[in-house]
Amino acid sequence: MSLAEHTNGRPYAKAASKLFAAACGGCTLLCVLTLLFLLWNILAYGWGLLSWDFLTSFPSRFPEKSGIYGSLIGSLYLIGLTALFAVPVGVGAAIYLEEFAPPSRWRSFVQTNIANLAGVPSIVYGILGLGLFVRSLGLGRSVVAGALTLSLVVLPIVILASQEALRAVPRSIRQASFALGATQWQTVWHQLLPAATPGIMTGVILALSRALGEAAPLVALGTATYVGFVPTLSTLWQDDFSAMPMQIFTWTEEPKKVFHEIAAAGIVVLLTVLIAMNAVAVLIRHRFSKRLSW
Amino acid sequence: MASATANAASKPASPSFGRRLESCIHALLIGCAAISIFTTVGIVLVLLVESLQFFRDVSIVEFLTGTKWTPLLSPKHYGILPLVCGTMLVAGGSALIAIPLGLGTAVYLSEYASPTVRDVVKPLLEVLAGIPSVVYGYLAVVVVSPIVRAVLPSAGLFNAVNACVVVGIMILPMIVSLSEDVLRSVPRSLREGGYALGANKFDVTVGIVIPAAFSGVVASFLLAISRAIGETMAVSLAAGRTPKMTLDPRESVQTMTSYIVQVSQGDTPADSPEYRAIFAVGLALFVLTLAMNLVAQWILRRVREQYE
Repeated sequence: MSLAEHTNGRPYAKAASKLFAAACGGCTLLCVLTLLFLLWNILAYGWGLLSWDFLTSFPSRFPEKSGIYGSLIGSLYLIGLTALFAVPVGVGAAIYLEEFAPPSRWRSFVQTNIANLAGVPSIVYGILGLGLFVRSLGLGRSVVAGALTLSLVVLPIVILASQEALRAVPRSIRQASFALGATQWQTVWHQLLPAATPGIMTGVILALSRALGEAAPLVALGTATYVGFVPTLSTLWQDDFSAMPMQIFTWTEEPKKVFHEIAAAGIVVLLTVLIAMNAVAVLIRHRFSKRLSW
Repeated sequence: MASATANAASKPASPSFGRRLESCIHALLIGCAAISIFTTVGIVLVLLVESLQFFRDVSIVEFLTGTKWTPLLSPKHYGILPLVCGTMLVAGGSALIAIPLGLGTAVYLSEYASPTVRDVVKPLLEVLAGIPSVVYGYLAVVVVSPIVRAVLPSAGLFNAVNACVVVGIMILPMIVSLSEDVLRSVPRSLREGGYALGANKFDVTVGIVIPAAFSGVVASFLLAISRAIGETMAVSLAAGRTPKMTLDPRESVQTMTSYIVQVSQGDTPADSPEYRAIFAVGLALFVLTLAMNLVAQWILRRVREQYE
């Protein structure tokens, strides 16, 4: 290092170097402080309004009676169904691309396509959902239509994360399995999937966190912003529903300041569910990584 | 499924069943991968079919070159340029905020930070990336807008600066993590070569590492800007709903995405041209972001080949 700070002929070189390091460090500090400032603001506005009543009431014209119950349950149904649609398809596509498809032009075409889908704005998926699920399939503004749309939004995330998890399983595991006479699918089912589960789960939780927070596709679908009932299993594909991000959007749009505080309380609930989901992911990863060691 | 495969394995007497199962599964997995292709085809078809309907009512020349966007007023004008202008104003402004800050952070994390600092800062940035867009919209209205109006008294309640600030914060983690990856992939030998010639840390970072990683860093900017162009909820809450051709960030503007939100929220009849306009606007948005993503991926792929 002492050689690296050689400054012969350039008296300010050392100072410039220090200044640059400080500027870069300052950028990093600013990023972290911004995050803390934003989170603190949300908590400071929303904490006072959080109560059991807020969690168990439907939204209302009267701010003091308003609650998040309908959209909280709606969101839970929504991400449950999204997981049901997106996880099997996403993991299946990843298995195909990593284990079955030979390197070919078709495979790199599918791969490029997935990378592009990951960059398509979510509102465009909303327009697709509107044309395909809401209108052509006649699903209306139901939870199923919302979940199908969000599944398409998060599918690239699930596929890419699962591919990475499968790629991380050592080659020797596959060779050992084939040497014992297992077929391709038996190798995948009994060896690769259990080994890749922690990585896949991380991707799935990331995808579901995204689905939980997405409002843009739901707006394009025409999802309701006020419902006085919660979805039931038997009417999932016909009844209207609302979701937390939609509810927060509506409250933020209200000109009255009281509604902004309710929106902040709603955000605290949304972020709590997000944190809980990520905690589950950490636990699962921990459990599985203890069981498997190479 | 597990027991079925196990049975097939333990009964060598019926190999045809096992083989049939194997090819069934193969077909099923191809189907899963094909869904991603169908999604792209679906997006293009839905956007094209409805846009063609729209272009029966409105000439494509007016749509692409008109400077007035007033579908919900009369007389109706369908020139997309004000929406493009608003979108570019917000995307450009957020890039002005996020690029210096993001590149500085990436350089710090890649070249200067100790492993401990990295382990603390990277997860925090992931939190920043994980905050939903509607939450940023709320922050724009409740937190950022009062600050902006205190600094720029002539700014309205909804203005482009609000949107630039929150979208800038939103795309920041993307720039940091992508740029940092590229900076770290610059081979150690290049840095050591610099030190051997008597360069100091600053010379090596600015004169060797950043130029070597330049194209990858640019690709990360492109991806982030494309994300800013497609950003919806935060922008429609923060920037207002006034389509106009202006580069003054203190004014309220409308972006392509927030027009789609405005129409979807209202009770515009579904067979009217102003409703179909969302498909045409969506098509423009899709083409624009797709082009930027393709260029960025092409650059990133070349960078990866270069250093592998």
